[in-house]
Amino acid sequence: MKKNISRRLFLKGGAAAACTLAASSISSAASKADMHEQIATLIDISKCIGCEACVEACCEVNSEKYPKPQKPFPKMYPKRVPVADWSDKQDVTNRLTPYNWLFIQSATVEKDGEEIELTIPRRCMHCVNPPCVKLCPWGAAKQLENGISRIDSDICLGGSKCKAVCPWKIPERQTGVGIYLDILPSLAGNGVMYKCDRCYDRIAAGKVPACIEACPENVQTIGTKNEIIKQAHKLARETNGYIYGEKENGGTNTIYVSPVPFKELNKAIEKGKGKPHFKPVKNVMAAASNLGTAMLIAPVAGAIAAAGKFYSMVKAEKGDASNET
Amino acid sequence: MKHNKFHIGYELITGYIYRITIFMLTLSGFAQMPIFKRYYIADMPGLGWLSKFYVTLYLHYLFGIIFLVFTACIITDFFLTLRKKYKITASGYIRVAILAGLTASGIILVIKNFAGYYYAPVFIVVMNLIHLGLVFIFLITGFTCIILKKNWMRDWTTL
Repeated sequence: MKKNISRRLFLKGGAAAACTLAASSISSAASKADMHEQIATLIDISKCIGCEACVEACCEVNSEKYPKPQKPFPKMYPKRVPVADWSDKQDVTNRLTPYNWLFIQSATVEKDGEEIELTIPRRCMHCVNPPCVKLCPWGAAKQLENGISRIDSDICLGGSKCKAVCPWKIPERQTGVGIYLDILPSLAGNGVMYKCDRCYDRIAAGKVPACIEACPENVQTIGTKNEIIKQAHKLARETNGYIYGEKENGGTNTIYVSPVPFKELNKAIEKGKGKPHFKPVKNVMAAASNLGTAMLIAPVAGAIAAAGKFYSMVKAEKGDASNET
Repeated sequence: MKHNKFHIGYELITGYIYRITIFMLTLSGFAQMPIFKRYYIADMPGLGWLSKFYVTLYLHYLFGIIFLVFTACIITDFFLTLRKKYKITASGYIRVAILAGLTASGIILVIKNFAGYYYAPVFIVVMNLIHLGLVFIFLITGFTCIILKKNWMRDWTTL
């Protein structure tokens, strides 16, 4: 831990030069990413020093998107509806909040008989088939063609379904903001859900996400999904590392490579509200996809059944007619 | 005589399947919105599943499959046999049109849920609102037809 702090101070001093170098090397990779191809990020956990430069950059760049709630909040019915207010705790950086879309998780683990401390940037995984987007009942959560999933704060009602269906429970709610205030504030809706939008506006402008640009250690690499998967496997081979995010929930666009197994990492990190796990995650949309496929062929089955019924009726009528003769 | 008995049984069974399917589709459809937990409905004994989004999603899909099998069966049956004897009434046409809109918007939303399918965000919002709006219109129309005893089809001989 001591090592981290001293290094942090040193790095903050020389951050500007390091960031310029890092950004120039990463932007070329990002610029290769066609807007119609999913882009992914590789996070090399062994490189992260926990300096929180990424967290600060995220807050700085995205502060305009943060909620500006109206107080007092409308009285909500029934009473069980929870008020989620982070507006007085905007400086909380040790978990995900509507004002903090990226945080650093730490874990003390054993590697080769030695105790080591790892720090891990955590944010939305940007799933390939994101349940938050697919199951949002209003279409407020959307997935861009480059794979970024984001929540439109102009139309989100804050029902928190996106959080309930997210395998990592990433989105966080802020009450007292959003369109619900103009509809039925007491009876429906409860604010807006917030999460990392991968700096979609910066990417659209040909830049890289703020967290990547600010990182003095080049912990994150951005590129096309295929490139990133190849790089992750190469890195894992070279370092005897472990991969997380490639297969989880059917695949995500955030690929972690860790020097220790994720099972160990998951045991060591602090988990809970706003602090996602590193457990294995099955593809939560797989069953829906299978049922959806069955639904598309269902009309054929119905038509065949009716045609079969018609055929047997005609056959029976013909049989009756020949018996009569 | 045999033929008539068969038809009475057929109509009864299809009637029950249709009503149960529409009821379950409506219930599981409304459960896609986070309202049942908020309003204590999911707290009622035996209704806890209404607050489980994946359970209600699978049920919505499952009854969607049953509905499409059933609808395709009825349409095919109508063109092969029933149209010789029955004519669709005006209220029948209205309900067919609403169901067609519900089916079309539902299928678009199912396709949207497959991995790798992207629609313009505004289009998805519009589809969600159309799907929800049509459910309300269908429920109002359906209950009105039940109260006014309006049938879907009419025997040609009664015209």
